[in-house]
Amino acid sequence: MNARRAFKLMIVDDSNIMRRRIERSQQFEDLQVVGTAGNGVEALALFSQADPDVVTMDLTMPQMDGIECIGRLVALKPAVRILVISALADKATAVEAMERGANGFLNKPFTDRQLNEAIADLMRRA
Amino acid sequence: MLYEQELKTFVEGTTNFFEVAAQQPATLGSPYLLEGTPAVHEYTGVITISGKREGVVYFTAPKAMLTVLLMKMQENDFSHETMRDLVGEVANTISGNARRDFGRDFVISVPSVLSGEKPDVPHKPGQRSFIIPINWRSHSAKLVVSLS
Repeated sequence: MNARRAFKLMIVDDSNIMRRRIERSQQFEDLQVVGTAGNGVEALALFSQADPDVVTMDLTMPQMDGIECIGRLVALKPAVRILVISALADKATAVEAMERGANGFLNKPFTDRQLNEAIADLMRRA
Repeated sequence: MLYEQELKTFVEGTTNFFEVAAQQPATLGSPYLLEGTPAVHEYTGVITISGKREGVVYFTAPKAMLTVLLMKMQENDFSHETMRDLVGEVANTISGNARRDFGRDFVISVPSVLSGEKPDVPHKPGQRSFIIPINWRSHSAKLVVSLS
Protein backbone atom coordinates (compact mmCIF):
# COMPACT_ATOMS: atom_id res chain seq x y z
CA MET A 1 0.00 0.00 0.00
CA ASN A 2 1.32 3.43 -0.90
CA ALA A 3 1.53 5.94 1.92
CA ARG A 4 0.20 9.37 0.99
CA ARG A 5 2.87 11.99 0.86
CA ALA A 6 2.67 14.56 3.66
CA PHE A 7 3.28 18.18 2.74
CA LYS A 8 4.84 20.81 4.95
CA LEU A 9 3.41 24.34 5.02
CA MET A 10 5.03 27.55 6.22
CA ILE A 11 2.85 30.66 6.72
CA VAL A 12 4.39 34.12 6.30
CA ASP A 13 2.24 37.15 7.18
CA ASP A 14 2.77 40.14 9.47
CA SER A 15 -0.82 39.86 10.71
CA ASN A 16 -1.39 37.49 13.62
CA ILE A 17 -5.04 37.20 12.59
CA MET A 18 -4.13 36.12 9.07
CA ARG A 19 -1.53 33.59 10.23
CA ARG A 20 -4.04 31.99 12.59
CA ARG A 21 -6.79 32.17 9.96
CA ILE A 22 -4.71 30.34 7.35
CA GLU A 23 -3.60 27.72 9.87
CA ARG A 24 -7.17 27.16 11.09
CA SER A 25 -8.82 27.20 7.66
CA GLN A 26 -6.62 24.82 5.73
CA GLN A 27 -8.44 21.51 5.67
CA PHE A 28 -5.86 19.04 4.40
CA GLU A 29 -4.98 16.05 6.56
CA ASP A 30 -1.76 15.59 4.64
CA LEU A 31 -0.62 19.19 5.16
CA GLN A 32 1.31 19.99 8.32
CA VAL A 33 2.06 23.56 9.39
CA VAL A 34 5.78 23.50 10.19
CA GLY A 35 6.27 27.17 10.97
CA THR A 36 4.93 30.71 10.86
CA ALA A 37 6.81 33.96 10.34
CA GLY A 38 5.85 37.63 10.63
CA ASN A 39 8.15 39.01 7.94
CA GLY A 40 10.67 38.01 5.30
CA VAL A 41 13.64 38.00 7.67
CA GLU A 42 11.91 35.61 10.07
CA ALA A 43 10.83 33.46 7.13
CA LEU A 44 14.39 33.12 5.86
CA ALA A 45 15.64 32.23 9.33
CA LEU A 46 12.99 29.53 9.69
CA PHE A 47 13.07 28.17 6.15
CA SER A 48 16.10 25.86 6.22
CA GLN A 49 15.09 24.28 9.51
CA ALA A 50 11.38 23.86 8.61
CA ASP A 51 12.06 22.84 4.98
CA PRO A 52 8.48 23.48 3.77
CA ASP A 53 7.06 22.21 0.47
CA VAL A 54 4.45 24.97 0.33
CA VAL A 55 4.64 28.57 1.59
CA THR A 56 1.85 31.15 1.88
CA MET A 57 3.40 34.60 1.53
CA ASP A 58 2.06 38.05 2.36
CA LEU A 59 3.67 40.87 0.39
CA THR A 60 3.47 44.01 2.51
CA MET A 61 5.57 43.28 5.58
CA PRO A 62 8.17 45.13 7.66
CA GLN A 63 11.93 44.42 7.47
CA MET A 64 11.76 42.33 4.31
CA ASP A 65 8.73 42.34 2.03
CA GLY A 66 7.23 39.30 0.35
CA ILE A 67 8.55 40.03 -3.13
CA GLU A 68 12.18 39.97 -1.97
CA CYS A 69 11.54 36.98 0.28
CA ILE A 70 10.04 34.93 -2.58
CA GLY A 71 13.21 35.35 -4.63
CA ARG A 72 15.40 34.33 -1.71
CA LEU A 73 13.34 31.26 -0.82
CA VAL A 74 13.26 30.04 -4.42
CA ALA A 75 17.06 30.48 -4.61
CA LEU A 76 17.41 28.26 -1.53
CA LYS A 77 14.91 25.62 -2.71
CA PRO A 78 13.74 25.88 -6.33
CA ALA A 79 11.10 23.17 -5.78
CA VAL A 80 9.24 25.12 -3.08
CA ARG A 81 5.72 26.20 -4.10
CA ILE A 82 4.68 29.69 -3.02
CA LEU A 83 1.14 31.05 -2.78
CA VAL A 84 1.01 34.82 -2.44
CA ILE A 85 -1.86 35.96 -0.19
CA SER A 86 -2.11 39.72 -0.36
CA ALA A 87 -4.51 42.65 -0.42
CA LEU A 88 -2.46 44.17 -3.24
CA ALA A 89 -4.91 43.51 -6.02
CA ASP A 90 -3.16 45.13 -8.99
CA LYS A 91 -1.95 43.09 -11.93
CA ALA A 92 1.58 44.54 -11.86
CA THR A 93 2.15 43.25 -8.32
CA ALA A 94 0.90 39.77 -9.23
CA VAL A 95 3.16 39.66 -12.29
CA GLU A 96 6.18 40.77 -10.24
CA ALA A 97 5.51 38.07 -7.64
CA MET A 98 5.22 35.41 -10.34
CA GLU A 99 8.42 36.60 -11.98
CA ARG A 100 10.23 36.19 -8.66
CA GLY A 101 9.03 32.61 -8.43
CA ALA A 102 5.56 32.58 -6.87
CA ASN A 103 3.20 29.89 -8.17
CA GLY A 104 -0.20 31.31 -7.22
CA PHE A 105 -1.91 34.49 -6.07
CA LEU A 106 -4.89 34.83 -3.72
CA ASN A 107 -6.37 38.21 -2.88
CA LYS A 108 -7.29 39.22 0.66
CA PRO A 109 -9.91 39.00 1.94
CA PHE A 110 -10.57 35.37 1.03
CA THR A 111 -13.05 32.65 1.91
CA ASP A 112 -12.01 29.27 3.35
CA ARG A 113 -13.01 27.67 0.08
CA GLN A 114 -10.81 30.02 -1.98
CA LEU A 115 -7.88 29.36 0.35
CA ASN A 116 -8.25 25.59 0.18
CA GLU A 117 -8.62 25.57 -3.59
CA ALA A 118 -5.48 27.65 -3.96
CA ILE A 119 -3.48 25.44 -1.57
CA ALA A 120 -4.77 22.28 -3.26
CA ASP A 121 -3.59 23.64 -6.60
CA LEU A 122 -0.10 24.18 -5.20
CA MET A 123 0.03 20.75 -3.56
CA ARG A 124 -0.84 19.15 -6.88
CA ARG A 125 2.18 20.89 -8.38
CA ALA A 126 4.58 20.29 -5.47
CA MET B 1 -13.23 67.56 -5.74
CA LEU B 2 -13.69 63.85 -5.34
CA TYR B 3 -15.11 61.83 -8.15
CA GLU B 4 -17.85 59.30 -7.51
CA GLN B 5 -15.75 56.45 -8.90
CA GLU B 6 -12.93 57.24 -6.49
CA LEU B 7 -15.27 57.16 -3.52
CA LYS B 8 -16.79 53.93 -4.82
CA THR B 9 -13.38 52.25 -4.86
CA PHE B 10 -12.74 53.10 -1.20
CA VAL B 11 -16.25 52.07 -0.15
CA GLU B 12 -16.06 48.75 -2.00
CA GLY B 13 -12.69 47.98 -0.41
CA THR B 14 -14.32 48.37 2.98
CA THR B 15 -17.58 46.54 2.38
CA ASN B 16 -15.77 43.72 0.57
CA PHE B 17 -13.90 42.92 3.76
CA PHE B 18 -17.12 42.39 5.72
CA GLU B 19 -18.77 40.44 2.94
CA VAL B 20 -15.88 38.02 2.42
CA ALA B 21 -14.09 37.79 5.77
CA ALA B 22 -17.21 37.80 7.95
CA GLN B 23 -19.60 36.34 5.36
CA GLN B 24 -22.10 39.05 6.23
CA PRO B 25 -22.36 42.24 4.17
CA ALA B 26 -22.23 45.73 5.62
CA THR B 27 -24.62 48.46 4.59
CA LEU B 28 -23.87 52.11 3.97
CA GLY B 29 -25.40 54.97 5.89
CA SER B 30 -25.98 58.39 4.33
CA PRO B 31 -22.63 59.98 3.46
CA TYR B 32 -21.99 63.56 4.57
CA LEU B 33 -19.36 66.26 4.31
CA LEU B 34 -17.57 67.49 7.38
CA GLU B 35 -15.25 70.45 7.95
CA GLY B 36 -12.52 70.01 10.55
CA THR B 37 -11.05 66.84 11.99
CA PRO B 38 -13.56 63.97 12.15
CA ALA B 39 -14.02 62.15 15.45
CA VAL B 40 -12.68 58.60 15.48
CA HIS B 41 -13.56 55.38 17.29
CA GLU B 42 -11.14 53.31 19.41
CA TYR B 43 -9.34 51.74 16.45
CA THR B 44 -8.40 53.39 13.15
CA GLY B 45 -6.56 52.07 10.09
CA VAL B 46 -5.07 54.88 7.98
CA ILE B 47 -3.68 55.03 4.46
CA THR B 48 -1.94 58.13 3.17
CA ILE B 49 -2.34 59.08 -0.48
CA SER B 50 -0.21 61.32 -2.66
CA GLY B 51 0.17 61.92 -6.39
CA LYS B 52 -2.99 62.79 -8.31
CA ARG B 53 -4.73 63.31 -4.96
CA GLU B 54 -3.29 64.24 -1.56
CA GLY B 55 -4.61 63.29 1.84
CA VAL B 56 -5.76 60.39 3.94
CA VAL B 57 -8.39 57.67 3.87
CA TYR B 58 -9.20 55.83 7.06
CA PHE B 59 -11.49 53.22 8.52
CA THR B 60 -12.37 53.80 12.15
CA ALA B 61 -14.37 51.33 14.21
CA PRO B 62 -15.50 50.79 17.80
CA LYS B 63 -14.08 47.89 19.80
CA ALA B 64 -17.54 46.29 20.09
CA MET B 65 -17.86 46.00 16.31
CA LEU B 66 -14.36 44.59 15.93
CA THR B 67 -15.02 42.05 18.66
CA VAL B 68 -18.07 40.68 16.83
CA LEU B 69 -16.22 40.77 13.52
CA LEU B 70 -13.41 38.70 15.04
CA MET B 71 -15.97 36.21 16.39
CA LYS B 72 -17.48 35.87 12.91
CA MET B 73 -13.97 35.18 11.60
CA GLN B 74 -13.67 32.31 14.15
CA GLU B 75 -10.94 34.22 15.98
CA ASN B 76 -10.65 33.70 19.71
CA ASP B 77 -8.05 36.30 20.60
CA PHE B 78 -9.67 39.67 21.37
CA SER B 79 -6.59 41.46 22.62
CA HIS B 80 -5.66 45.06 21.88
CA GLU B 81 -3.04 43.85 19.40
CA THR B 82 -5.58 41.72 17.55
CA MET B 83 -7.97 44.69 17.30
CA ARG B 84 -5.14 46.77 15.82
CA ASP B 85 -4.31 43.93 13.48
CA LEU B 86 -7.90 43.78 12.27
CA VAL B 87 -8.34 47.48 11.41
CA GLY B 88 -4.94 47.26 9.72
CA GLU B 89 -6.25 44.42 7.55
CA VAL B 90 -9.35 46.44 6.61
CA ALA B 91 -7.15 49.41 5.67
CA ASN B 92 -4.90 47.01 3.76
CA THR B 93 -7.89 45.88 1.70
CA ILE B 94 -8.90 49.48 0.98
CA SER B 95 -5.32 50.22 -0.06
CA GLY B 96 -5.17 47.16 -2.34
CA ASN B 97 -8.43 48.12 -4.06
CA ALA B 98 -7.19 51.66 -4.63
CA ARG B 99 -3.91 50.45 -6.10
CA ARG B 100 -5.81 48.17 -8.47
CA ASP B 101 -8.28 50.84 -9.61
CA PHE B 102 -6.12 53.96 -9.64
CA GLY B 103 -2.77 52.56 -10.74
CA ARG B 104 0.24 54.82 -10.64
CA ASP B 105 -1.77 58.06 -10.51
CA PHE B 106 -2.02 57.48 -6.78
CA VAL B 107 0.87 56.72 -4.45
CA ILE B 108 -0.64 54.79 -1.56
CA SER B 109 1.15 54.16 1.73
CA VAL B 110 1.34 50.99 3.73
CA PRO B 111 -1.50 51.22 6.29
CA SER B 112 -0.79 52.48 9.78
CA VAL B 113 -2.96 51.89 12.83
CA LEU B 114 -4.06 54.37 15.51
CA SER B 115 -5.74 53.49 18.77
CA GLY B 116 -6.58 54.94 22.16
CA GLU B 117 -8.38 58.10 23.16
CA LYS B 118 -8.01 61.04 20.78
CA PRO B 119 -5.26 59.63 18.55
CA ASP B 120 -3.41 62.09 16.34
CA VAL B 121 -5.18 61.50 13.01
CA PRO B 122 -3.42 63.32 10.17
CA HIS B 123 -5.66 66.09 8.84
CA LYS B 124 -4.89 69.09 6.64
CA PRO B 125 -6.36 72.33 8.07
CA GLY B 126 -9.38 73.49 6.05
CA GLN B 127 -9.73 70.13 4.32
CA ARG B 128 -13.28 68.81 4.13
CA SER B 129 -13.88 65.09 4.55
CA PHE B 130 -16.46 62.71 3.17
CA ILE B 131 -17.80 60.53 5.97
CA ILE B 132 -19.45 57.28 4.94
CA PRO B 133 -21.11 55.36 7.80
CA ILE B 134 -20.49 51.61 7.56
CA ASN B 135 -23.24 49.73 9.35
CA TRP B 136 -22.83 46.07 10.23
CA ARG B 137 -25.14 44.11 12.49
CA SER B 138 -25.98 46.57 15.29
CA HIS B 139 -22.68 48.45 15.01
CA SER B 140 -21.51 51.45 13.05
CA ALA B 141 -18.02 52.37 11.85
CA LYS B 142 -16.89 55.17 9.55
CA LEU B 143 -14.95 55.40 6.36
CA VAL B 144 -13.36 58.84 6.14
CA VAL B 145 -12.08 60.10 2.78
CA SER B 146 -10.15 63.33 3.11
CA LEU B 147 -8.46 64.09 -0.19
CA SER B 148 -7.71 67.23 -2.20
